[in-house]
Amino acid sequence: MVLIQIFLVFTIIAALIAVEAPSALSSIISLGAVGFGLSIAFLWLGAPDIAITQVVVEILTLVILIRATIGKGVTEIRGNESKTLLIGSLILFGLGSAFFANYLSAFPEFGKSAIDVFSETPSQFYLKFGLEKAGGANVVNDILLDFRAYDTLGEATVLFTAILGAITLLNKDVFFGEGGEK
Amino acid sequence: MLTYLLAFILFAVGLYSVINKRNLIKIIMGIIIMEHAVNAFLILIGYRISGKAPILEKGTSVTEFVNSAMDPLPQALVITSIVISLGVVALMVALAVRLYQHYGTFDITEIRKLRG
Repeated sequence: MVLIQIFLVFTIIAALIAVEAPSALSSIISLGAVGFGLSIAFLWLGAPDIAITQVVVEILTLVILIRATIGKGVTEIRGNESKTLLIGSLILFGLGSAFFANYLSAFPEFGKSAIDVFSETPSQFYLKFGLEKAGGANVVNDILLDFRAYDTLGEATVLFTAILGAITLLNKDVFFGEGGEK
Repeated sequence: MLTYLLAFILFAVGLYSVINKRNLIKIIMGIIIMEHAVNAFLILIGYRISGKAPILEKGTSVTEFVNSAMDPLPQALVITSIVISLGVVALMVALAVRLYQHYGTFDITEIRKLRG
């Protein structure tokens, strides 16, 4: 439990460096430290599937971000940040903290999930009948591919649409004809 | 409770970056940090002390498994969320690159000035 907190503190420090670093490349690499630190934390939290997915997705995100920023001279954009934005973000942060503190007591305390608190939850059903009804020993895969397979179909649709939009945006000839737009 | 609070602080760092930064790439990075924070929070909710990964091993009975495994439902949903966040990031970066080709800068105040 202390180990998980140490990893979370590490990700917070890496996120602060990623936000404040002056050069684009170093801040993107710090963002990678956030993702990989979280992936190790997921391993300690008993979620190996998510740790594997997180590593793959993090590598792809870093490749996309570095490819987008390289050679564009995105070093530092500084200057007078507006006071109103700072005050507004402070107010937003205060509101968020108030809501979080208000609803924190409604959660089961750390280390107890809904399975321990309630007697009949969907998770218990999945754990009990995962092997029998879906035929897989890994319950997360049973949920993804059998009990909630339509969710996965929707996920594939969303991913396809997003990538289609990105390709359409990046390919100039589709919208602006031969030679592209100046 | 402290562990939930750490995930909340990670979310706040991302929110700060989205609101206060003028660089489009920094704003995208703030959104990515917020996604990480929400995923970590959902996994923390499903954590059980001295629990195991929800994979049924040979020789363990089902009742023992239900009493010792982590909550599998948040994990299944977070996998979906992680993969979708990749598509969202790709779309956002494509928009930022198109804006850079058009205006020659990532600074959002400059982009706002040149509208029209």
